[in-house]
Amino acid sequence: MSNQEKEPMFSAKNLKLFTAPLGRDNPITVQVLGICSALAVTVKLKPAIVMALSVTIVVAVSNVVIAAMRKYIPDRIRIIVQLVVIATMVILVDQFLKAYAFDVSKQLSVFVGLIITNCILMGRLEAFAMANKPWPSFIDGLGNGAGYGIILIIVAFFRELLGSGTIYGYPVMQKIGIYSTGYENNGMMILPPMALIAVGLIIWFQRSRNRSLIEKK
Amino acid sequence: MNSLRKKIDKIKPHFTEGGRFGKLRSVFEGLESFLFVPKKVTFKGSHVRDSIDLKRTMSVVIIALLPALLFGAYNTGLQHFRSIGADAGTLQMFWFGFLKILPLIVVSYAVGLGIEFIAAQIRGHEINEGFLVTGILIPLIMPIDIPLWMLALATAFAVIIGKEVFGGTGMNVFNPALTARAFLFFSYPAWMTGDKVWTEGLTKGQHIIDGFSGATPLALCAAGETTKIPSFMQMFIGTIPGSIGETSTLAILIGALILIVTGIGSWKIIVSVFAGGLGMGLLLNAFAVNSYMELPVYYHFVMGGFAFGAVFMATDPVSGAQTERGKWIYGFLIGIMSILIRVINPAYPEGVMLAILLMNVFAPLIDYFVIQSSINKRLKRAKIATNNLAR
Repeated sequence: MSNQEKEPMFSAKNLKLFTAPLGRDNPITVQVLGICSALAVTVKLKPAIVMALSVTIVVAVSNVVIAAMRKYIPDRIRIIVQLVVIATMVILVDQFLKAYAFDVSKQLSVFVGLIITNCILMGRLEAFAMANKPWPSFIDGLGNGAGYGIILIIVAFFRELLGSGTIYGYPVMQKIGIYSTGYENNGMMILPPMALIAVGLIIWFQRSRNRSLIEKK
Repeated sequence: MNSLRKKIDKIKPHFTEGGRFGKLRSVFEGLESFLFVPKKVTFKGSHVRDSIDLKRTMSVVIIALLPALLFGAYNTGLQHFRSIGADAGTLQMFWFGFLKILPLIVVSYAVGLGIEFIAAQIRGHEINEGFLVTGILIPLIMPIDIPLWMLALATAFAVIIGKEVFGGTGMNVFNPALTARAFLFFSYPAWMTGDKVWTEGLTKGQHIIDGFSGATPLALCAAGETTKIPSFMQMFIGTIPGSIGETSTLAILIGALILIVTGIGSWKIIVSVFAGGLGMGLLLNAFAVNSYMELPVYYHFVMGGFAFGAVFMATDPVSGAQTERGKWIYGFLIGIMSILIRVINPAYPEGVMLAILLMNVFAPLIDYFVIQSSINKRLKRAKIATNNLAR
């Protein structure tokens, strides 16, 4: 125990907690968690970025809180305790968005509230925060939030560009004058199934680059 | 023929593993077996081998599609000259339409086969000939005015997302041609619906004579104008606006006959699709509250893509049900869904595409229950037999 306390704040082990979820341990493409919100909020970049930030904040702070009280939580009611912590955080984030970013909050509508049921959160609390100290838990939360967010932003980038012809609201396609050549926005990009296909393509891409992720038959 | 065979045999060693063009052996094999029956011999156990292989099967389907294709070419010309109010001979109409359809077919084959060849190279397996039929089906279910780049995109989507990701020919869940159409339908609805896209030239703002309407019978029905639709005979022969190959029920029935006689297409599926459509149509007639629901049932068979879907799409041996009893259920449900979506859902004037795609998903489930029920029946019989023995 004592030599662990001497561990530097940004040791290689701690840094790995942050980088692993970005790549080979990604919550969406490898663990396939939190898919529903990834489909719902990725039509445009702005809500996707806000959603990514919200989830990152909620998972990081809840991780710290749970890690801090992990020794005092009775095992039999731990899920309820975890849910209370998450719900508190989600309500705080929701109220904050309503106060300072009302239009985005309206676009995200129910999905901010649904962060409570996002599997990534429960997964991190159960698998990591219940067995680790607050600082590593914080890094783990940031890493998983970022891993979730990066996929959201990639998907939203392509869906907004190909579906609406804009990037973060800026009409790129119109500016480069591609419409006069007969090009048209792809209506299917705006529909949820295309997000599923986009996530699938990212998984395909990732697996073909990192063959160790492919399951053995 | 013999000299061709000799030439192929001469260059063949270059295309075997380790040869000069060893990497291109899947391409070579694909082309070789297109010309000659593959000389494959099985080594383990005994297999019953038919002289008809996958390529021959596909060729028969293409022959069955020819009447619809040829009539489609004629009808394209007919609709075009009708819209500008000009007179033209039959041959002139046919030639005009043929020249308009040709680019669609070329693009569809070039993109689809290109991807198949590349996929075969990457995966190191033989080229699958599944695209031979898909490549001709895709243009036949498109409106004539579809931009070529959209067709190319949809074909690429259908082959990659609809087929290759599942493992290539024989592994696809959905009918690839319908996947292409569904992709376009949801991506660029303006090019797949309405009353302009079905006649050549209308979307380019071409001059049309007064009183001409390019609306399909289904669109007229969906708008509640059931009295304006063409006569039954016109729709049966197919001189109406619509996707290229779907308008003529007569041509499609000739194709159906070829498929059934050669045993390539399942007559059970074709018959049960029509039976399902008949049942649903009669049901709607019985509870009719508007003029579309009152429409006589047999009209549904000659409008839109119902016949084409039943004969060429639902009978796809890969995405359809495999078990004999399953085929009846599968086809019957397609018929029901098609008419139901067509008449009840105002957002989709045509329901055949969605009905078949939907039932593609259910086909494995139908097969599973058919097989399970058969297993249970036999188990029961076996139990009674052993009980009798024990007594």
